[in-house]
Amino acid sequence: MSELTHLQRLEAESIHILREAVSEAERPVMLYSVGKDSSVMLHLAAKAFHPSVPPFPLLHVDTTWKFQAMYEFRDRKAAELGMDLLVHQNPEALARGINPFDHGSAMHTDVWKTEGLKQAIDKYGFDLAFGGARRDEEKSRAKERVFSIRSAQHRWDPKAQRPELWRLYNARTQPGESVRVFPLSNWTELDIWQYIHLEQIEIVPLYFSAPRPTVERDGTLIMVDDDRMPVQPDEVEHRSVRFRTLGCYPLTGAIESEASTLTEIIQEMLLTTSSERQGRVIDHDSSASMEKKKQEGYF
Amino acid sequence: MAHATNELLASDIDEYLRQHEHKSMLRFITCGSVDDGKSTLIGRLLYDSKLVFEDHLAALESDSRKVGTQGGELDFALLVDGLAAEREQGITIDVAYRFFSTEQRKFIVADTPGHEQYTRNMVTGASTASVAVILIDARKGVLTQTRRHSYLVSLLGIRKVALAVNKLDLVDYSQDVVDQIEADYRAFASEIGLTDITCIPLSALKGDNITERSPNTPWYTGPTLIGYLETVEVDDDSRTGPFRMPVQWVNRPNLDFRGFSGTVVGGSVRPGDAVRVVPSGRESTVARIVTADGDLDEAVSGQAVTLTLADEVDVSRGDVLAAASAPPGVADQFECHLVWMNEDAMLPGRPYLLKIGTRTVTATVAQPKYKVNVNTLEHTATKTLELNEIGVSNISLDRPIPFDPYAENRDTGGFVLIDRFTNATVAAGLLHFALRRADNVHWQAVEVDKVARAAQNGQRPAVVWFTGLSGAGKSTIANIVEQKLHRSGHRTYLLDGDNVRHGLNRDLGFTEADRVENIRRVAEVARLMADAGLIVLASFISPFRSERQMARDLLEPGEFVEVFVDSGLDVAEQRDRKGLYAKARRGELVNFTGIDSPYEAPLHPEIHLDASGALSPEEAADEVVEHLRRAGILDAPEHPDR
Repeated sequence: MSELTHLQRLEAESIHILREAVSEAERPVMLYSVGKDSSVMLHLAAKAFHPSVPPFPLLHVDTTWKFQAMYEFRDRKAAELGMDLLVHQNPEALARGINPFDHGSAMHTDVWKTEGLKQAIDKYGFDLAFGGARRDEEKSRAKERVFSIRSAQHRWDPKAQRPELWRLYNARTQPGESVRVFPLSNWTELDIWQYIHLEQIEIVPLYFSAPRPTVERDGTLIMVDDDRMPVQPDEVEHRSVRFRTLGCYPLTGAIESEASTLTEIIQEMLLTTSSERQGRVIDHDSSASMEKKKQEGYF
Repeated sequence: MAHATNELLASDIDEYLRQHEHKSMLRFITCGSVDDGKSTLIGRLLYDSKLVFEDHLAALESDSRKVGTQGGELDFALLVDGLAAEREQGITIDVAYRFFSTEQRKFIVADTPGHEQYTRNMVTGASTASVAVILIDARKGVLTQTRRHSYLVSLLGIRKVALAVNKLDLVDYSQDVVDQIEADYRAFASEIGLTDITCIPLSALKGDNITERSPNTPWYTGPTLIGYLETVEVDDDSRTGPFRMPVQWVNRPNLDFRGFSGTVVGGSVRPGDAVRVVPSGRESTVARIVTADGDLDEAVSGQAVTLTLADEVDVSRGDVLAAASAPPGVADQFECHLVWMNEDAMLPGRPYLLKIGTRTVTATVAQPKYKVNVNTLEHTATKTLELNEIGVSNISLDRPIPFDPYAENRDTGGFVLIDRFTNATVAAGLLHFALRRADNVHWQAVEVDKVARAAQNGQRPAVVWFTGLSGAGKSTIANIVEQKLHRSGHRTYLLDGDNVRHGLNRDLGFTEADRVENIRRVAEVARLMADAGLIVLASFISPFRSERQMARDLLEPGEFVEVFVDSGLDVAEQRDRKGLYAKARRGELVNFTGIDSPYEAPLHPEIHLDASGALSPEEAADEVVEHLRRAGILDAPEHPDR
């Protein structure tokens, strides 16, 4: 009897969490952000319920500002797995034309993502939502439970978290409350990449380097993904770039890279020393900002 | 990443990945307080395993200058102290999980605080750990908190301990100091069953004996801390024990496939193995071990799989599939350790939900036999358990469950208690053994049963439960209802709060625990009277939903009629027939419902009476009688069984 590897253990733990959540919830949903962590989470869901199709829909809280390649990938993946895909766009944000250029990243994120998520959960009456967050991403996440309760106002109370022991998870909610469940809690970024490599999980091509039209803004390379982005003539340059994390294209920094295969990406990641969230404009405010955002209902 | 790997990484990424995708994993817990340098140690482990990225490091440098305690030098503790609140207070307030890896292993560290009030967090962290790193400040030696941490580690079943004697730089790297601490610790640890102890002298701040053997301790010949963690063998009982798999989910994609999904938590299983479904006791053999990667020849402890069986046997979520030759026990009464984890103290007699494996049942905890002083390990008498207290109690369930003693299997012997109304996880428990009592006291089967007795009375048995504030008018209305029923020839009995407290319950006061016991006894009496075929009228403030639910659960569906006598606090206090509100307001009466003790209004009472003055007591009583008539309680059952 050989010892299980760390990836086998992580996989088994995630599958256990997925099954436990589905068994205890009335209306579960998986928040699907199309990024690499979402791809791993979806892959694990397919494994957890095999040969059944995962018994819940996917929900994409859309901002209309994602990369085109993400929309294409999202629709194709849901169809391949035979899962229902729900797309929610905050109608208020749509009507007001909220965008990162005129309204800034903070407001853009708050209205489209934070408010949009609350609206979608209320609209469909979901009592449990899977998310792909990991504890190694950021300090306040390190203390969040795998099953994390949100009040009817969608707030997280870090002081009133339920103890989690052994493999026992408490998913019970009062009417109006919901649970966020993080099956990837104990995975690190390196685990995610190793697993993608080992399991040959398909990810959005934007993770691989290719010549792409880019502009430089405040020292960050931004890809010009469509004509909504205001650019100066001659400003756009084709650079060989890739993305370490995916979000709204105007808010996602590209890195210059020649890594065009999975192994090259992993090699490059391990040889460099800047952490993953650095590419996300949202985190630069202050070190306690993520905790505050989460208390207010950000995923 | 160590440097040797960096070369491999650069030269042969495929070989590098092959090696690193096949590491083992170790979960351990660190115990000690901020003063012992625990956060510094963990920060150092992350830093030395090169898992601190450049941008984190930049933040660390600036934070160290701003709020650091190391005079501008890197303060590793700042790497791990996460939440804003605790960074301000300089203490770690909750359990946090950290990750790092070396070439041999991936590590998950449960980082838990050492302060007394946080037993809850340490027990949580220890529940999934295989090894404990216990920190000792070399200047202070074995302290009370060291004993406390070691007791909890031992209680939760961790057998491997690394005794990290820290801050060695502050005692001139003295061997004598370390030897004395080790001797003290071993003497104490053997008393609580910890024997596999490795003493490692180190300095987290200076980096001595963390990843590399320190030149400052030439007298030390043991492993470095990382060396220990990389090589310690974890003899996991669940791997060698008998096969256990709690069923999480019945997998039914179509009529041709019926599989049982779950995580193997004990032993291993192969196709052809005989398994027993517990508690039903049905047996079958394993047909296939199904996974998305194809069928397996064997599944071992820790794997998540889907089993199909050769026979069509009834299996549902909460059942345990077990080795037919060595099945778990089945019982409904146990002795257990409880670790109380909630601000609301344990209430003996109150029903809680108990989750064990994938099964959730209702449990009632008896008054503890004793609680354990975690500092001295003395046993003291107690009526309840408060937050962070540990005690031993008997516990009884509403139906039998499969179980193993916790010492044999953490997953089939460990449970949590959940409050039925707030849904908070209020306690962790460790099952030790089943009580024989339940087997020996059989319910006397009697020839003349409830239906027969009620039929003779020309009515159906019922418990009409009046709840509401003192002065709401419960007893007045209940009295009139009884008179009306008596006149129409029905057999009744009125149980009244004040009267019962003069006799049956005169040993009880008005604390929350006593109130729970008061209602438990009344509910049992009401049940016996309903069994005698009577219509029982019970008039009790009964402020807690849990206890009213308990009373309801004792009876058959339809027999319990909850009447909420709703006057509002203002009206009840205005009436104040017994002058009690005035006394409570003056502070002469404590734990008075509505004043300094809560009243939890019924959410779905069968009858909700407006007793604020809109209805006269006579009209209110009519409403109750009318309800009983419509519910068929005042008619004889048409077809009694015999």
